[in-house]
Amino acid sequence: MTVSMSHPSLVPVTAGHSATLARVRGVAKDFRRGAEVVHVLRGLDLEVPRGEFLALMGPSGSGKSTLLNLLGGLDRPSAGSVEVGGEQIDRLSERALARWRARHVGLVFQFYNLLPVLSAAKNVELPLLLTPLSRAQRKRQVATALALVELEHRAGHLPRQLSGGEQQRVGIARAIVTDPTLILADEPTGDLDRKTGDGILDLLSALSRDHGKTVVMVTHDPHAAGRAGRVLHMVDGQLSTEMAA
Amino acid sequence: MTRLGLLAAGFKRHRLRLLLTGLSIVVAFLLFGVLVAVRQAFAAGVSVAGRDRLVVRHRISIIQLLPESYEAEMEKLPGVVDATPASWFGGIYQDPKNFFGQFPVKPEEYLRMYPEFRLPPEQKAAWLATRTGAVAGRKLADRFHWKVGTRIPIQPTIWIPKKDSSWQFDLVGIYDGAQKETDTSRFLFRQDYFEENRRFASGMIGWYYIRVADPKRAAAVAQSIDDHFTNSSAETKTETEGAFAQGFANQMGNIGAIVTAILSAVFFTILLVAGNTMAQTVRERTQELGVLKALGFSNAEVLAMVLGESCLLAGTAGLIGLGLGFALAAGGDPTGGYLPNFMFPAKDLLLGAALILLLGVAAGALPALQAMRLRTVDALRRE
Repeated sequence: MTVSMSHPSLVPVTAGHSATLARVRGVAKDFRRGAEVVHVLRGLDLEVPRGEFLALMGPSGSGKSTLLNLLGGLDRPSAGSVEVGGEQIDRLSERALARWRARHVGLVFQFYNLLPVLSAAKNVELPLLLTPLSRAQRKRQVATALALVELEHRAGHLPRQLSGGEQQRVGIARAIVTDPTLILADEPTGDLDRKTGDGILDLLSALSRDHGKTVVMVTHDPHAAGRAGRVLHMVDGQLSTEMAA
Repeated sequence: MTRLGLLAAGFKRHRLRLLLTGLSIVVAFLLFGVLVAVRQAFAAGVSVAGRDRLVVRHRISIIQLLPESYEAEMEKLPGVVDATPASWFGGIYQDPKNFFGQFPVKPEEYLRMYPEFRLPPEQKAAWLATRTGAVAGRKLADRFHWKVGTRIPIQPTIWIPKKDSSWQFDLVGIYDGAQKETDTSRFLFRQDYFEENRRFASGMIGWYYIRVADPKRAAAVAQSIDDHFTNSSAETKTETEGAFAQGFANQMGNIGAIVTAILSAVFFTILLVAGNTMAQTVRERTQELGVLKALGFSNAEVLAMVLGESCLLAGTAGLIGLGLGFALAAGGDPTGGYLPNFMFPAKDLLLGAALILLLGVAAGALPALQAMRLRTVDALRRE
C-alpha cells in the first residue's frame, strides 16, 4: 500500500524527537473481582518521547491494554501519575478528561468500532462534532483524513460495505482527523490478514515518521511489533524488557 | 453531519421495532385527541353555561312536568329577573340516527335568556309571525343542508299531535353562536304551536330557565324558589345551569373521570413500551456509547444524546398522533348529533405537547442515566 501524507495540518517532522510526550510514574492499577483484588499494573514507570512509534507486547492479562487506557485517559490509575503533553491527566475531572481526549488522543481499535449506521465519512467526522469547526471545515478535514488513508472513494459507504482492512483505515482516519498528538492503537492488525495488516502498519509508521505523531501500539504479533521504533515487553503488570526494533 | 443527524441516525437501526413503538405512540396520542374531544363534548354545556342562569325542574326527575303557572309565580320572587319555559320534544327527523335536541320555547323570552344565540332581526320577526316557525343552530342547519324556508317534518316519540301523524315546521331562521363553544345544534319552535297541537299534558312544562339579578346570590334565589313550591303538587329542584348540564352529562357517568382513567392507563402502558425500547437500544449500543465516550463525548453529552433520541421518537410519533386526533375532531361530531360540541380544545393541544415531552423524558431517563454511568473501558469491552 502506498501512503501519501500531504495534508498541511499534519505537519511533517524533520527534527529529532527528544522531548518526552508521556510520562508514567509509579502507576498501579487494581481491579476488584468480588472479594479478590487483582493487581494489573504494579508501580510501573514509562517515558514515551514525542514522535516515537512504541509497541507494547506481552501475554494476555499482562496489563498492556490497561496501560494504553491510562495513557489515553480512558481509565484512572489506582496509584501513581500519568502525564501527557505536560498535563497530569489523572487529576482532570471526567468532563475535562473527555475534552482532553477529544483534543489530544486518537484511538484505533482491534475491531474498528465504527458506528454501523454512519457512512465512512460520517464515522470519521464524529470527533469533529466536539470541535467548534464549521460544517465546511469539518467536511474538508474529513476529506483530507480519508485521502490520507486512500479511502476518499469509499466515503459514502457504510462499514458493512467495506472490507476489514478498509474499516480499519476508516478507524485510523477517525483517529487522526482532529490532528491529535498521541495515537493509541490496541491490536490494530489483530483482526486482519498479514498483507492488509502490513498496510495498516505502514500507515501508523508513516504517521510517526513523517508527521511526528506519537504512536503507542499494543500487539501480540512480533511481526507487527517489529515495525515499531521501540518494543516493550510486559509481564505481570511490569515492564520486563526494552529493546530497539 | 450535525448532532441532530447523529440522533436521527440511531433511528436507522431496528426499524421494525422503532416503527412498532412509534405506531403505539401515534395511537396513544390519537386516542388522547379523541377522548379529550369527547370530554369537551360532555363538558361544553357546563363551560358555556350562564353564571346568572338557573334551571328549575321537577324535584323527582326531569321527566316529571311542572305547571305553566310557575313562570309567573317565579318572576315575582325576589332576585328573579326573568323566567322562560322549555320542554324536551324528542322527535325523529327522517331516521332515529339523525338525533338532535328539539325544544318548544317562547321565542322572545328564550332569545332574551340566551343572548349568545345570534338570530338576525328579520328572522326573529319571521319567527314571531309564523306559528309553525322554527329556528335551528348553524351547526344543525349545515348538518342537514337546511335553508330558511325548508319544511321540516318531525315524527313524534312522546308528543303525538292532535291531527296529523307528524309535526310540520317551517324553518324561518338560523342562529349563530357568540362563542365557538356556543351550542348551535338546537332546534327551537314555538311553545304556543306545541301547546295547541299536543294531545296531552296541556299546560305542563318540562323545565324553566331563570335569570337572576345577582349571580353571587344564585344559590339563595334557587333555595327561595324551591322553598316557594314546597308542599305543592309539583315540588321543584333548582340549580345553576352549569350544575344542570353536568348532572345531565353525569347520567352517562363521570365522563371526565372515565376519560382521565383511560388516558392514564394508556400513557402508563405507552411509557413502558417506549421505555423498554430505549432500554434495549442502550443495551445493544453499549459498545458504541463507549466509543463515543472514548472519542471525547462527555457523560453529560451521552446522557443528552439518549434523552434526545427518546424525545425525538416521542415527539415525532406523538405529534403525528396528536395531529391525527386534531384532524379527526375537526371533522366534527362522529356520532350523528349526540355530541354536538365534539371538538379538540386548544388548551388540550398544549396538554398533549406537554405529555409528549414528559413521555420522551420519562421513557429515556433511566436508559440515559445508565448510558451516562457507563465506564468507557467497560463499555468498549462489551460485545
